[in-house]
Order: sequence, then C-alpha cells, then structure tokens
Amino acid sequence: MAELLIEGVAKSFGPVVALAEATLAIGDGEFVALLGPSGCGKTTLLRIVAGLEEANCGQVLIGGRDVSALPPRARGLAMVFQNYAVFPHMTVGENVAFGLAMARAPAARIAKQVARAASLMQIETLLGRYPAQLSGGQRQRVAVARALAVEPAVLLMDEPLSNLDALLRLEMRAELKAVLREAGTTTLYVTHDQTEAMGLADRVAVMHEGRIVQIAAPSDVYRRPASVFVGGFVGNPPMNFLRVAAVSGEVRLGALRLSAPMEEGGLLLGIRPEQLAVVETGGFLFRVAVAEPLGTHLLLTGETGGQRMRAVVPPDATVVAGAELLLAFDPAAIRWMDAASGRAIGAA
Amino acid sequence: MRRLRGSAFAAGVAMLAAWTLLPIYLVAIGGFGGPDAVYRWPKSFWPENLSLDTFRRFVAIGGIWQATEQSVKVALITVVLSLALGVPAGYALARLRFRGATTYRLVILLTRAFPVGILALPLAVSFARFGLYDTALGVALVHTALALPFAVLVTASLFVGIPRELEEAAWVFGCTGPGAFRRIILPLALPGIAATAVFSFVLSWNEVFAAAVLTLRHRTLTAFLLTVLSESPLHIQLAGGFMLIVPSVLFIFLVRRYLFAMWGIASR
Amino acid sequence: MRRDRLLAYALIAPSILFLAVIFLIPLGQTIALAFTRHGTFGLANFARMAGDLNFRNAVANTLGLVIVVVPLQLALALGMSMMLRHLKRGRELILWIWSIPLGVSDLAAGLVWLGILTEKGYLNTILYHLGVIHGPVSWLTYETPLALFIGILVAEIWRATAIIFVVLVAGTQLIPAEFEEAASVFGATAWQRFRRVTVPLLRPSIQTALILRTVLAFEAFAVVLAIGGQNFPVLLSQAYLWQDTNQDYGVAAAYAVLIMLITLAATLFYLVALRPRAGEVA
Repeated sequence: MAELLIEGVAKSFGPVVALAEATLAIGDGEFVALLGPSGCGKTTLLRIVAGLEEANCGQVLIGGRDVSALPPRARGLAMVFQNYAVFPHMTVGENVAFGLAMARAPAARIAKQVARAASLMQIETLLGRYPAQLSGGQRQRVAVARALAVEPAVLLMDEPLSNLDALLRLEMRAELKAVLREAGTTTLYVTHDQTEAMGLADRVAVMHEGRIVQIAAPSDVYRRPASVFVGGFVGNPPMNFLRVAAVSGEVRLGALRLSAPMEEGGLLLGIRPEQLAVVETGGFLFRVAVAEPLGTHLLLTGETGGQRMRAVVPPDATVVAGAELLLAFDPAAIRWMDAASGRAIGAA
Repeated sequence: MRRLRGSAFAAGVAMLAAWTLLPIYLVAIGGFGGPDAVYRWPKSFWPENLSLDTFRRFVAIGGIWQATEQSVKVALITVVLSLALGVPAGYALARLRFRGATTYRLVILLTRAFPVGILALPLAVSFARFGLYDTALGVALVHTALALPFAVLVTASLFVGIPRELEEAAWVFGCTGPGAFRRIILPLALPGIAATAVFSFVLSWNEVFAAAVLTLRHRTLTAFLLTVLSESPLHIQLAGGFMLIVPSVLFIFLVRRYLFAMWGIASR
Repeated sequence: MRRDRLLAYALIAPSILFLAVIFLIPLGQTIALAFTRHGTFGLANFARMAGDLNFRNAVANTLGLVIVVVPLQLALALGMSMMLRHLKRGRELILWIWSIPLGVSDLAAGLVWLGILTEKGYLNTILYHLGVIHGPVSWLTYETPLALFIGILVAEIWRATAIIFVVLVAGTQLIPAEFEEAASVFGATAWQRFRRVTVPLLRPSIQTALILRTVLAFEAFAVVLAIGGQNFPVLLSQAYLWQDTNQDYGVAAAYAVLIMLITLAATLFYLVALRPRAGEVA
C-alpha cells in the first residue's frame, strides 16, 4: 500500500503519440479510474506504470521510490488483465499463490494469504480446480484473488469487467468495490465504461487523445465536465450542447433569458438531458423526432431551433413523435463552454 | 433422391479411404507372408501363413538392423537440432518486434520451396573433409535444414496462440523473462512442440536422397533399402517398405491435431 | 524495445548461422561445382549432362510426371477437402486416414506399389480373375513405357495427394461457412458455390499447396527407382547415379542446378499466376 505518482509520462509509437505528458497523483488507498474511449492512451499509461511498456520520458514513483527503470517484477504491484490471464496449466490455488511463490515467501505465509484472498473473492471451493473448469465470472474472481494475495503496493486493473455479461458485470462491480475498500489497496483502474468508472472510483481521470483532460470526483466530472468531450463521453445519454450567442451579457433561448459568462459572442450551452423539464408556459420549443420508452424514463430525441437535442422525461408522460413541447431548466445546471476551444468557461 | 445422393457420398468417402488403406494392407500381408506369398500366383487377398518369420529374416539381413538403428539415431539428432534452433527463432517471430522479421520469415518460407536434399551433393565433399561423411551427425545436419523451417513456423504459430497477457501476468507477478518462458510459455506449448519433434523425426526417417548420398557403410534404413533395391528379393523389399511405413502412420496419428499448423501456413 | 530487438537477434542468430552453413554455402558450392570441370570454368558439365543418353528421357519423364500428376492431385484433393467439409460423422477418422500417406516416404510408397504392380502382384491377380489376362504379365519394363508411366503416376497420386489435401483443408477451415450460405441464399447451386466462392477464397492455400507439391515432385526419385529401376530415369535419379555410381560430382551438380532452376521457375510461375488481384486482401 503506497501512493502512486505519475510524472510527465509520455509515449509515442513512431510518429503516433499514444500518450502526451501525463501527470497523475494517486493517494494511498485511493481508487482512481482512467476513463476514455479506445485509443485514448489509458491502457498505454497503465502498461507504463506496470513496466510492460517503456515510456519515452517521465517517471513513475511508487511509495516515493522511482520505479521507472525497474522491470515489472521489481515494482511491487499486481495486475488484473482484461482477459484475466489466469494460467491454464495451474490450479486456482497455484494461480493465487503464484506471486508469493515467485517472491519465495514462506509456505505458511503463502497458505495464509491464499486463504484470505480466496475467502475475500469467495473462491475457497474452487482452489483445486483448473481454469478450464471455471466460468468467465469465476476466472475473473481468480484473477482478482491472485492480485490481492500478494498485497501489492499498487493494484492495476485493465478493463477487468469488460468480458463479463451485463448482469454479472453489475454484480462484480459492487463486489469489487466492497473488497477493494476492505483491502484498502491503492488502485488504478482502466475502463471505457463510464458507469464502471463513476460507480467504483474515488476519482475519475478522463482521457482523450493521449491526454488527461479532467481529474475529479465522479459527481464533479458528471456535473461539471471540463470540456465538450467530457460532457459528451460521460453520462448516458450525453450532455446536450447548443450553439448560442451572447448579446449584452445575455443568452436568449425561447422565452428563457440566461445570464451569459461573456458580453458578446458565440458559446456553447451545455445541459444534461435529465435537467430538462416539460413546462406549460415559458421555456423553449422542442420538436420530438423519436420517443423511446426505457422503463425508468422516456428518452426524447429531437431538435430545437435546428439543433439536435435529447431530453429525459418521466416514464408516464405521453409524448409521441412529432409532438412539440416547451422545455425549461434550472440555470444553475448550465455548463458554459467556449465555442472555439470546447473547454468549460470558468472551470477551476 | 436425397438418400441416394447421401449414400453415393458415403460410398465416395469410403472408396477414397480404401484407396489410402488398401495398399498398406497389401504390403503388410505381402511383407509378412514371406517368399511363398510373394511368389504365389494368383495372389490371395487374405493373409495366409502369416508369420513373423519373414520379418525376423528381414531384420537379420546383414546391415538392416544397424540401418534401422542408424535411422533412429539420425532422426533423434535431427529432432534435437531442429528444436534447439527452431524454438528460439519461433519465439522471436511470435513475440518480439524487430527489424527484418518479415524478411526472416520469408527466407524461412523460401527454403521450404527449395529442393533441399540436393544440397547433399556438395556437402558430401565438404563433409568428407571435416570427418562428417558417413556419420549420423552429417546426415542429421541436412535433415535439420529440411525440418528447421517447419520447426520455426510451427512453434511461432504455437507461441502466437498463447495469449501475451499470460506472459505479462507472469512478469508482473515476479517472473524474469526466462522464468516466465519456462514456467508459463513452455508448459503450454509443450504438446505442440512434441508434435513438431515427431514431425521432424518422420521427415528424417523418410528422407532418402541426402541419406543415400552422405552415407556409405553406415546407411540409414532408407539409404540401405535404396541401395539393395536391385539386389534383394521382393519379399524383403516389401517387408522393408512395411517397416518404413509403420512408424510414419503412427506418427501421423500422434500429430494429427497439429497437421494444419504444419502445412496450413499459406505463403502469405 | 531495444532490448527486445537484441534478444530477437540473439534468438534467430543460431538458425540463420545454421542455414548459412548448411544451405547457402552448399548452394554456392553446387553452382561452382556445376560450372567447373577439371579446374576450368565453363559449361562442360552441362554439355556432358546433355550429351548423356538418358538426359532427354529424364527431362521428359520428370516434366511429364509433374505436368500430369499435379493437376490430377489438385483436383482430387479439392474434391476430398470438399467432401470432408460436408462430412457429418467420422470426420476425425477420415481426416486421419486420408492424411496417412503424408507420413509415407517416397521409397516406401514405391515399395508398396511395386508389390501391387509387379508381375505376380495384386493388380495382375485382379485382372486374371476378371479374365483380362491369362497369366503373369510384366508392366514395369522399358518395353511397356506407358504402363510403367501409369504405374508411377498412380503411386505418386497415392503418396502425395495428402499434402495438397491437408493444406487445402487448413485453408477451407479459414473460410467462414457464411460465405457459402450467403451464396446459396442468393441462389447459387453447389457447383456455382464451389466455383465462384470456395475456390477463389482458397487461392492462397492452392498456391502454397502447388508450390510445395511441385518442389516435392522434382525431389521424388525413390518411388521411381523402386518401381521402374533405371528403366524410367528422372532428373534426381540421374543426379544420384552420377554422384554415387559414376562418382562424377560435376555432372551431378549440373543436374542439381537444373533441378533448382526448374523448381524456381515453377515457384515463380505459381506466385505470378495465382497472385491476389490488385486491391484484394491476400
């Protein structure tokens, strides 16, 4: 257990920049998720921390010790792989004991640690089996138990839930959170699934095109995205962005008058679909193109003033395609973005 | 109509299987039947007075047992050499990025499209100079050149089939590079490597030309049979043919799962 | 990355070194030997080779055998791999049986067929029972060149169709069943599916199989020696004769160079004739 410090780490493959100077500090026992679409550099960053990939520059410090030049085995970390990487020619017990056996730990300690990790992951009854006899979910448990057994300073997880089916993923997510909280291990977790990142992590680092574009608590990332990209990537359905113009410090949207963060000029108005509410009077006009009843809510896709927009309304609303509604929202929920750079205006 | 087509299909399959097996059956009863069976007219298609006697006599012919021993010796050296040279190269091709990998693969592939046996002609001269002529090692060196492309390409495809993550997991959990190879990669690749070994063995066991050119007194079984072709009686030749076939058939059975890895690599 | 590269070179170095010593040097030596006679550089060995009584026969026999046997084998192997594709039960067993000749050396194959085709062999027994012949007849002499040729042809087809078959089966396994299903949904008959979908998709495998097979066909000589003896000279058996019996290494090397050139030409021919069309992913 230790803090993990990533300082100015960059990596390019030939002319392709996979990672542009990433800096990230993870506190002792903290759980940070690296979130981003595929190809954003999150896995590269994780593999550099693991020592599986060599960075072009920058440093990785674990517990204050610079491990940048060390091979993976000397870094004192553990990893859970996307395809589990459970050794098929060893029993579950041998798999879980592997890291400790490699470190030549005394047999008594190995037995104790294996028992503890197995009970944490509830695989005590599987210890004598071979991976081929296990289901995907069980293999996943073995992979996590193998990582926990070595009591790593830092635990790395690379999309560990992506190969499970939806229901199992939900179950494992909650369980992982409970187990990792109990173990108190510093964790860096790579995922492209925003619900996973939001649900598990203490803080989320959103990555885009090789850069970390926002590091914040899940609720902050959701409510106060640092850029159009973050607002669009985090949240399902994504945040709406309307191109609007400020005139004398004011933006007009239908009957709504909103105070703009600038006197004159174009900007983007970001608003979450669930912040929109149907009103009788006032508000702005929204023309519904498609209405999708999703059980918990009704998802409306349509346009306002020629711009595409989504709104989430209660499931009992009777709205059909072609309907015209008046929508309004709380001005406090607006996230203003610079139209040119796509960055939040007034972001901390 | 449909049933008719189905039985025609089954008959075709059975006939092709018979076409493959029947000659082997005939050489077996011919070889074991002894001189009586071979010179009998008209022939019987059933084994009659089948005896190990011919076989014993066959084995007793001057040099045949030694030739078999020599064949085994050559084949074993070939197996060891082709694995020792081929497995590391296969690993490099499968796992490591390096300049020239494509060229190397191409060169290895091209050697396969080359009548390698012919190289025994000049080697007979060079080997005489280095004391390798008429030795098991000398023949095995040429056979290794034959088997090496397969060893490299097959082990490469084996290693490609083992997820890289397994190796990385071993590194992360405390293995050195060679340690991960020994503890993780090798055990998983072992059945395929064994098949490669068997295949190299058969390749060497069957090779005629280089063995005949490179030996004089220490003949391999194929070389021996070739040189006594015109001199020895027919039943002994048939017994020799049967003796040559038996291990091959067994080996093909052993490696049948890997046949496609051996031959399936298209020249792409 | 740099470490990777060094490790890679260290791992492939032994095999490169080995191939250089056992492959490249002898290759150079063969060429040198072929063009040198009694210490002088020239075509004397080739002249001697071409002047040999059996040379013309050997060339004709070798090429004739390859030209007749390879297309027959390709057709047979294609048929077999298609049959295997549609086989529901016993697939494993049939696959094994059909691949058995893959492990049989050309010498053993020659001996097997010698036993069948010889004067008092099994073929003649059948012909006798059918009333075609009335007593033992020899087919494998220089007086019956056509019968001899056919006998060797049959032995070669028996022995070496398996290699084409296995390469093609490996290739068909890479073709998803959906392609054929799609074709049949659009109304293609079985023959049209085979001709328009399967064969074009199999082209890389066909190419590999033909190259391998043709190289091996030029290398086959024991099957010929076993069945025909010196009655049916081929290029490699001539090379063996000059080396082993006549002890004339120069002429043997000239034969070797000739075989290499023909093999190379055949390989190039297949590479060009069956190359992927522009834009097609090979």
